[in-house]
Amino acid sequence: MTDNKLLEVEHLTMRFGGLVAIDDLSFMANKREITAIIGPNGAGKTTVFNCLTGFYVPTEGRLTLHADDGPRLLERTEGFRIPRNKGVARTFQNIRLFTGMTVLENLIVAQHNRLMEASAFSLAGLFNLGRYAKAESEAIETAKFWLNKVGLYEQADWHAGNLPYGSQRRLEIARAMCTDPSLLCLDEPAAGLNPRESAELNVLLQSIRDDQGVGCLLIEHDMSVVMQISDHVIVLDYGKKIADGDPDAVKNDPAVIRAYLGEEEDDELPPEVAADLHLDPNAH
Amino acid sequence: MASAFASSRTNGPEVVKELAFFAVIALMMSVMILGVETVDRPTGLELAVRWDLVLLAIGSTVVGRLGLIFRRENISRLGQAILITVSAVAVFEMFVRFRDMDDRWASPVFLDMAFSSVVSVIVSIAFLAIIFAAAYFSMKDKTAVEVDESAKLSSKIQLMYRSNTKKIGLIGIIFFIIFPFIFGEDRSAIDLATLVMIYIMLGWGLNIVVGLAGLLDLGYVAFYAVGAYSYALLSQNFDLSFWLCLPLAGIFAASFGIVLGFPVLRLRGDYLAIVTLGFGEIIRVVLINWYDLTGGPDGISSIERPSFFGMAEFSRRVPEGSIGFGELFGMDYSSMHRLIFLYYLILALALVTNFVTMRLRKLPIGRAWEALREDEIACRSLGINPTNTKLSAFAIGAMFGGFAGAFFATRQGFISPESFTFLESAVILAIVVLGGMGSQIGVVLAAIVMIGFPEMFRELAEYRMLIFGAGIVAIMLWRPRGLLSFRDPTILLNMSQKEKVAGEMK
Repeated sequence: MTDNKLLEVEHLTMRFGGLVAIDDLSFMANKREITAIIGPNGAGKTTVFNCLTGFYVPTEGRLTLHADDGPRLLERTEGFRIPRNKGVARTFQNIRLFTGMTVLENLIVAQHNRLMEASAFSLAGLFNLGRYAKAESEAIETAKFWLNKVGLYEQADWHAGNLPYGSQRRLEIARAMCTDPSLLCLDEPAAGLNPRESAELNVLLQSIRDDQGVGCLLIEHDMSVVMQISDHVIVLDYGKKIADGDPDAVKNDPAVIRAYLGEEEDDELPPEVAADLHLDPNAH
Repeated sequence: MASAFASSRTNGPEVVKELAFFAVIALMMSVMILGVETVDRPTGLELAVRWDLVLLAIGSTVVGRLGLIFRRENISRLGQAILITVSAVAVFEMFVRFRDMDDRWASPVFLDMAFSSVVSVIVSIAFLAIIFAAAYFSMKDKTAVEVDESAKLSSKIQLMYRSNTKKIGLIGIIFFIIFPFIFGEDRSAIDLATLVMIYIMLGWGLNIVVGLAGLLDLGYVAFYAVGAYSYALLSQNFDLSFWLCLPLAGIFAASFGIVLGFPVLRLRGDYLAIVTLGFGEIIRVVLINWYDLTGGPDGISSIERPSFFGMAEFSRRVPEGSIGFGELFGMDYSSMHRLIFLYYLILALALVTNFVTMRLRKLPIGRAWEALREDEIACRSLGINPTNTKLSAFAIGAMFGGFAGAFFATRQGFISPESFTFLESAVILAIVVLGGMGSQIGVVLAAIVMIGFPEMFRELAEYRMLIFGAGIVAIMLWRPRGLLSFRDPTILLNMSQKEKVAGEMK
């Protein structure tokens, strides 16, 4: 099992002044697995992502990415270097596409570093020398692959801002995948999607895990997504880990139920409501 | 009157109220500016009142407003046209009086300026006819069909422009190349064209920074100054030729861009604009005060003119050991040769700027600039180094500014800090914004409008500024994002440019 680990978070603490957003958090995410991080609002989930992807420098702790070429310490890497060379890619809670550019351009920008190198930092590219032309057509092939995968091939030349909301979500995932990451961090990818779209999202994420072999870290409130596709669930509350395990174990963990629903006060609830809460944790 | 409004939303008293409201506004706006005038009398400064001007201002406002109400309420098109014409004539009369205010006391005028001779009569009748026709035909009945048709026409023009940008650009280049053959003997035309071309080049250079990378730079003229002084100083102190100094000037300007960029590019938006503005001023102040090196406010004079690629000289008295340009091509000496050569030189430099920009846009660096303009955080999450990307935009923009500066120095033969004030930065930025951020052809149009027109209409003296102001207001109203504010994709997968544009129009 140990050689299967992809991300190791050890004693991660993040303080903003007096506020402790994450308190001594340790967990592990494995290769070819979808690891979900859930928890009530304000539990510190997005802060974990921001630490992982270099937007914040953690106050304490160690973040190790076990990429193919050996372990890397993410907390010591400059933010914009983290996605490079099979690093960590991410999507955002509020979609951040390049809305004025076309769908295809969004995917090509994501392959910036490879193309930049091929164009000899623009010097060779200026005169369209051989290597760059080849690299660009490869980049277009990669983009086409992901366009087909997320079902946006027909809309490739649209402005990204003109896509419907669900397609924008999928495009953001495709864009992150175009950086060729070994870990993909998804910040609430199912937010605002209708049931059919979230079912499609499940298929997409499973395919990213199984076909591309990329590990996913997933923040999500939509339990239909979390429980169906994750291999491993971590529950945060007030910056602390309160549960860690496979979906079924977490679902029935009393600490988790308490965090989401407050202290159990069965006698004050009408019996049918109490029964619903116990039988169907997906309901909320 | 009341019956005319009976069927519509607005009734008589409301119209009177609206007109009164605009009359009061016109009164407030005109009373201080038009209504009083300081007159220098032997007894000292005195205030003279000009109620006729104020009345004309109020009258034209009220009549014009009435025309707009007629238009809104769909009352007789002829009535609308007459009212708007009357209003325009009143405005014209106001200008005539305003211009003649000094002799006004001798003979009160009522359009007598315009009617003083037969030619003037014809001109003024034509003027009235044009206003009337324009007013009449622009008043359309606001039926859905017609609105649709005008929208269709504008989208047709857009489609034509956007699917033929290459052809339009080519026609423009050919026009500028044959320009000296048309106006070859007209010195002022060549001078003006050269001036416009300098600003086109500066506009294209700044377009990289502002239009593509989205970094608001209010101190672009600093790089222009660095280029100009680099050439002037290198040529005077080390006797280097223009052709060697041209690349050096670009390199110096780019280095200044990098030096400035490192500390300030972590700032964004307004803060970046303020710091670049400060940098522009620092350069100017240093140029004024470093007397030993730059000559301070005296500037640097008799800067060497460029030779014909080192092969021939353009001056009348050719120095020992070299030959004149005319001699080289078997022509008589003409002072126009150098001017036309300089024109072609700046044309070539500008075209190089354009070519490099167009090419960079399709390269990863150009796409990264545009992505950075759209969303910096997303760029970071994709592994793009924001600092380096911004710096490269800044440096390349600065480099072209430096080239233009070296050219400016060699063309003028004299430079001083006077030429590099904030106003220049503002003009260049205005060209970029007016043209439509990121649009190359837009910059050309804007440079012609901003630099060419004021020079061409010099006779109009201070009215130029008035017309200029009106033009800016018109742009803000109808094309708030610039003349040609379309972004064309750098790459298309399964559509042609024409289909893409047509799809957007739908």
